[in-house]
Amino acid sequence: MGLLSKKDANLILDPLADNNPITIQVLGICSALAITAELKASLVMAISVIFVLGLGNVVISLMRNIIPSKIRIIVQLIVVATLVIIVDLVLKAFAYELSKTLSVFVGLIITNCIIMGRFEAFALGNGPWKSFLDGIGNALGYGVILIIVGFFRELLGSGTLFGIPVLGDPIAKTGLYSIGYENNGFMIMPPMALIVVGIIIWVQRSRNKALIED
Amino acid sequence: MGKRTDKNSYTIIFAIGMVLVVGSLLAYASSSLKGRIDTNKELEKQQNILYAMGVNENDDSNAVFVSTEDAPKLFSEYIKKQIVIQGDDISEDNNAYLIDVKKQQTLAKAGEKRKLPLFIGEKEGQTYYIAPIRGKGLWDAIWAYIAMDDNMVIQGAFFDHKGETAGLGANINKRFFMDDFIGEELMSNGKFVGVNVAKGNADPLNIDKTDNEVDAIAGATITGDGVSAMLKSELKLYVPYFENLKNN
Repeated sequence: MGLLSKKDANLILDPLADNNPITIQVLGICSALAITAELKASLVMAISVIFVLGLGNVVISLMRNIIPSKIRIIVQLIVVATLVIIVDLVLKAFAYELSKTLSVFVGLIITNCIIMGRFEAFALGNGPWKSFLDGIGNALGYGVILIIVGFFRELLGSGTLFGIPVLGDPIAKTGLYSIGYENNGFMIMPPMALIVVGIIIWVQRSRNKALIED
Repeated sequence: MGKRTDKNSYTIIFAIGMVLVVGSLLAYASSSLKGRIDTNKELEKQQNILYAMGVNENDDSNAVFVSTEDAPKLFSEYIKKQIVIQGDDISEDNNAYLIDVKKQQTLAKAGEKRKLPLFIGEKEGQTYYIAPIRGKGLWDAIWAYIAMDDNMVIQGAFFDHKGETAGLGANINKRFFMDDFIGEELMSNGKFVGVNVAKGNADPLNIDKTDNEVDAIAGATITGDGVSAMLKSELKLYVPYFENLKNN
């Protein structure tokens, strides 16, 4: 990344792995469990959060010197809620189809703890450009996990990826199903998302012992 | 953060200022986009109604509406009559598709006579009676447009939802679920029974069309129950109309 200094690049790269918001900070778990039953929803959610967190971090960072500390959490909530509502309205007016796909996520984005977490921990103390990078980085880190979880849940739970059957037809018994393979219905339930996230955490920490807490 | 921002007076002024700024921003965005959003919603209703009677651009596995540009033209071409049933009165209303089913349900709860819109379409010599219905899923509203023939046998169905779980209940608007309803009978031995979204009904291919059952979506029990309940309570209201139709 020639465009960015090493420090700036780390703002984006760190949250992707060693400081991942989901697997290390254990934030944003609720939405990671709720919407990862299919890959498409994971992707849409990831993009929405990249947008909201990138922009929200900049707005909060610009306001950081005038926000009264007593009501800063409320101010943060209002900023994220306003952003999300405006995006939703614009989509409804100009990209109606897309807005229908997104409708479920709008509420979830507002309550996503990663967003509040980054506002509070980073944007309130750093300039807009750094905050922007931090927002994008954390949202990407969140998105990566969402997509990994969505990939396994949709593949093993429904035998499809992005809604396209990849393992054959479970009812007509073609493809993999002809030799006795069955979809694991449990994969599309929220508890399995937690288990998949747990496995990712396990793999990540066993590869990098420095991440293991006492 | 300086001391200035810790004062109570500053906090209150900031809060008031923020509310004013955010409030006017949202009000402006909402009112300036309202026209477009309403048009989009009207077009969507037309697309949904047309979809239910089989006027759509479905490919092998996905539900695809007619384009928004074509919707108004096709709507006036295929929908021959829009009627409103209110008690024993039946009247024609060319904007019946704009009737808000939710509002009518609230009116009915308050003891008033509810307006029941019904759209009568014709395609390739066959008449379709399309009813808009609305109910509750797991998280929020679900709704549907059900196209029937004059014996109340379902000819097409379009389901949608406001916020069902992605990958589970949200799949009620997928073809593998909606297409199962085609050909299902709502009546059984002359009585209205509806169509039940049933788990483990031993008919996953949905070959038996007279069992008043379709196969449920795994993991979406409550949404499925909501669909059953909606079909039962809402379509029942149309039974007198269809009985009249036969007697005349």
